[in-house]
Amino acid sequence: MSEAVPIQDPIRLHKALDAVWRTPPGVGRLSAVNHTIVGRRFIVTAFVFFGIGGLLAMLIRAQLATPRGVFLGPEIYNQVFTMHGTVMMFLFAIPLIEGVTFYLLPKMLGARDMAFPRLSAYGYWCYLFGGAILIVGMVLGVAPNAGWFMYTPLTSRPFTPGINSDLWLIGVTFVEISALSAAVEIIVSVLKLRAPGMSLDKMPLFAWYMLVTAFMMLFGFPPLIVGSVLLEVERAFGLPFFDPNRGGDPILWQHLFWLFGHPEVYIIFLPAAGVVSTILPVFARREIIGYLAIVVSIVALAFLSFGLWVHHMFTVGIPHLALAFFSAASTAVAIPTAVQIFAWIGTLFAGRPQLRLPMLYILGFFFIFVTGGLTGVMVAIVPFNWQVHDTHFVVAHLHYVLVGGFVFPMLAATHYWLPHFTGRVPRVSLGVAAFWLIFVGFNLTFLIMHATGLLGMTRRIYTYDPANGWEWLNLVSSIGSFVMAIGLALFTVDVALQIRFGRRPGRNPWRAGTLEWATGTPPPSYNFASIPVVDTRSPLKQSTGLAVALAQGRGYLGFVRDGRLETLGVEVTSGQVEQVVRLPGPTYLPLVSAVATAVFFLAVLFQVYVVAVIGFVATIGTLLLWTRGHGDHADRGAMPIGHGKYVPSHGESGSSPSQWAMWIALFGDATAFGSLAFGSLYLAIVAPNWPPPQLAQWNLLLSGSAAAGLVLAAIAAGRSVSPTVLPHAAKRKRWLFVTAGAHSMALAALVGMAFGVPAPTEHAYGAAALVVLCYVALHVALGAVFALYGLWRSRRGFVSLVRSSDLMIGRAWHAFTAAIGVVTLLLLHAMSWTASP
Amino acid sequence: MKGSVGSKRLGATWGTTWKRAKRFARAFAACALLTPLIACAGPLSTLEPAGPAARSIAALWWVMLAGATLLLGLVICLLALAFLRPAVARGVPPALWIVGGGLALPALVLTPLMVYALASGENLFQARAEGRTEVDVLARQWEWVFTYRSADGTVRRSNNVLHLTAGQPVLLRITSADVIHSFWVPRLAGKIDATPGHVTMLRLNADVPGRYRGVCAEFCGIAHRDMQMTVEAHGSEDETGRVIDGLPPAMPEDLVDAGGRP
Ligand code: HEM
Ligand SMILES: [Cu+2]
Ligand SMILES: [Cu+2]
Repeated sequence: MSEAVPIQDPIRLHKALDAVWRTPPGVGRLSAVNHTIVGRRFIVTAFVFFGIGGLLAMLIRAQLATPRGVFLGPEIYNQVFTMHGTVMMFLFAIPLIEGVTFYLLPKMLGARDMAFPRLSAYGYWCYLFGGAILIVGMVLGVAPNAGWFMYTPLTSRPFTPGINSDLWLIGVTFVEISALSAAVEIIVSVLKLRAPGMSLDKMPLFAWYMLVTAFMMLFGFPPLIVGSVLLEVERAFGLPFFDPNRGGDPILWQHLFWLFGHPEVYIIFLPAAGVVSTILPVFARREIIGYLAIVVSIVALAFLSFGLWVHHMFTVGIPHLALAFFSAASTAVAIPTAVQIFAWIGTLFAGRPQLRLPMLYILGFFFIFVTGGLTGVMVAIVPFNWQVHDTHFVVAHLHYVLVGGFVFPMLAATHYWLPHFTGRVPRVSLGVAAFWLIFVGFNLTFLIMHATGLLGMTRRIYTYDPANGWEWLNLVSSIGSFVMAIGLALFTVDVALQIRFGRRPGRNPWRAGTLEWATGTPPPSYNFASIPVVDTRSPLKQSTGLAVALAQGRGYLGFVRDGRLETLGVEVTSGQVEQVVRLPGPTYLPLVSAVATAVFFLAVLFQVYVVAVIGFVATIGTLLLWTRGHGDHADRGAMPIGHGKYVPSHGESGSSPSQWAMWIALFGDATAFGSLAFGSLYLAIVAPNWPPPQLAQWNLLLSGSAAAGLVLAAIAAGRSVSPTVLPHAAKRKRWLFVTAGAHSMALAALVGMAFGVPAPTEHAYGAAALVVLCYVALHVALGAVFALYGLWRSRRGFVSLVRSSDLMIGRAWHAFTAAIGVVTLLLLHAMSWTASP
Repeated sequence: MKGSVGSKRLGATWGTTWKRAKRFARAFAACALLTPLIACAGPLSTLEPAGPAARSIAALWWVMLAGATLLLGLVICLLALAFLRPAVARGVPPALWIVGGGLALPALVLTPLMVYALASGENLFQARAEGRTEVDVLARQWEWVFTYRSADGTVRRSNNVLHLTAGQPVLLRITSADVIHSFWVPRLAGKIDATPGHVTMLRLNADVPGRYRGVCAEFCGIAHRDMQMTVEAHGSEDETGRVIDGLPPAMPEDLVDAGGRP
């Protein structure tokens, strides 16, 4: 066991830590995995996309300023509004949230990094490459042009034959990899990587907000990804999921899209609300009231938000009673939202509020967001929705919610945390002027747009005739939008000035209570020279000398051991120290994997499927390479962390972050599978032109061996980690072989079944059966790979009774695969049964 | 404008900022109140209803607007007080904010609204099921085809003009031949989608004879904004009958067939 002597001298401690945590300069920056750097990259890139989306908005407003505008033709206009919506939702809002969270979360939780730094870096590259694909498409004039919600059949091959819609499906899916990986990473980091003593009820509210948001991302994005894959498969191979003439149903797309699309709105709003809950108490100069009520209300909001998606489909022709249910659920959202609003107002009353610049933006947020919430209740009322749906009233409403509920809090956040990023506060500020331009411009643009909509202006029309009574309203909206644009430009200048010329105020300029202000500003690569013990919700209020004490190495882990990057992991609820988490340093592997992934997506886009297969295999291969050099060859037992405490390393803790990540990722996977199963059953039960001309005659021998293989693989994997087997290399080897073999058998049987699917391009029945089979087959094939990988790890000596993480992760996968496999087999038989006349 | 963050002066400047905000808020409120007064009229205006369905929804709007304005006013007043006269509510216990503002207030406002909306929606929806005459509507890129069945079995068609009799509800059976469209005549009723593979219903009723404009509300491709139509409400059934008898016969591809399930 290596010596770990705390270093008392802050300078020496800084040098020692920085040497192992620092990202190399020059080209080496491409190897960055550190959360501060990756978070900053996400934030800057997202703001660049905000600029692009804003530019597109200006084009829209320029075109609509006068009737019969001739600035943009219909084709360009359609591309412009589609890209505006797509860029704002997928390339600005979600990535900005990821960036802010990556940057802040570990610092607020008292950790030195996120749980999976390389995964954040990989997510960033996926985001950048996917976004670039969309932007390049736009520059080449082939941007998506069917609206940001891509309704079928308009987006099916016969009606949009060009590459435009493929760009959307592939670009957005590529970007969503970053959202899903961020979701898993955020959940695990909040649950496991906190300062010792920080029990769940002592977490800063922002962490609660992000925990809930991340779960929503985990459950919200899979339906969209499944829908996108199905639509791309329909477009590329003619499998008719959404074509009503062949047993598909365009309404299925709407269900899948809005199952994602509604939670998406809360995924965007909750982090912003988290920012408000963090900043507002600082300027109210007291702790927030109703901590528990807020936590309960955001959890309630998350649950509710998954039961609302049909309110985007009130004009589809669904029975009124069903609509009434979704309408009531939608208005019920007002309650958890109101709880937060009144907790904030009550906090202001209870404190001594100060109107500084971030607070000014928060007041702007209150006005705009509350207005958007009120029009939200209106559009949730079914009859009123029948009138204003698809009009500019809804455009106004959605901007009140998104700009008020997201952009304003993010601008507040920028002013509030910029001193943390740069270590500087402004000398002169244009901020107040910028605020008023943005606020007035926004309301000028969108308040009267409600009236434009009520006067009958539908959305997504590139021009309109005079004499509808819309001329003045549109002109004022356009003027307002340019005022707002000037305000945003001024905001940017202000930020640039502050970065360049700001004054250095020292630590914690706002006198905040949360831990992120205990790091240096700008933060060092390792955040905390030593890790604090936390027993209150605002540790910096409690002890003002905390930052200095940490810099002097007086917390935990105030040293460098084996030249490794270390932080602490805790037990989930109590926050008791449980493990030393050893993190990876800078590496090019995430970039390499992301390039392989890009090869895959581009090959699918250009329909060269051989290359796509190569890209996919390369992606999986390079991802497995990430584990090389990680793990120990021998049990090392508990390690000292300072103050006479000893805890095991994460690999020996029995509760490693990677294990948690696998379980959580499987929840997302289960949601994807659920969406697929829901889609198949939905088609079988309600789509037009059923029953299919021909049903599959499932060969019982094949389905029987598939089931047997799946179950055997799961059982063998379970045996491989049982306490009697784990310590013995030979026994482990035997069971892992059985696992791989059983998977191969199941795979062969599933492929055989796939050949028995009748004409998948002729009817949705065959198409659905085929994709569900492929989904399981993919899991089985990966299961075989993981079993062999476990074998390899076991042979290289990375596995023992206590170092069982690799095999435990595999076991979770095998069990999950068996579960979805068996459900699939039942589903296929049930579909034949419901579809038979 | 001046003002700065992070400097001690800010505390002093917020007073002036606040005054400015107050002035602005007053101007803003005036504008907000004026907007609806400027003009509710227009050929596509939902606020100049000409049929029972649109009228009941317009009434709903005015009620909700009043309620929303009050609630927004309440929140703004509370925020203003929190900064200007925090003493008035400093003693309010946290639980009261949460229970009173967060639970009781929305519950009090929303429950009657839901009941009212449900009843009115149910009314409109029930009404959809009945209608004296039926007209089939087929939407396709980028036109509306209306087909009428006479008693003698002939089927006639009109493109982009729907003929009906004022005061007599018509039941529309709507579908699409290609992509999703949405049938909307704002002055008469709410919209309903025209989806391939599905048939949706809408009852249309005009109070008085006249021409009412309608549009396709769901984005349906390059000529989406040109997909407009007119409803012609005639003075009497005879007149409508005469007009329809003069229409050309329908082609097989104009007929509604949604491939519905048995
Ligand atoms: C910067 C000021 C902004 C202006 C002036 C603006 C303007 C507009 C306008 C006029 C439309 C309607 C286009 C049409 O239907 O023909 C629109 C659509 C939309 N906007 Fe914005 N917008 C702004 C910011 C944002 C932001 C910040 C977001 C999201 C975070 C956003 C999300 C959307 C979405 C999702 C649509 C719907 C696109 C579609 O119909 O497919 N916008 N915007
Ligand atoms: Cu929604
Ligand atoms: Cu249309």
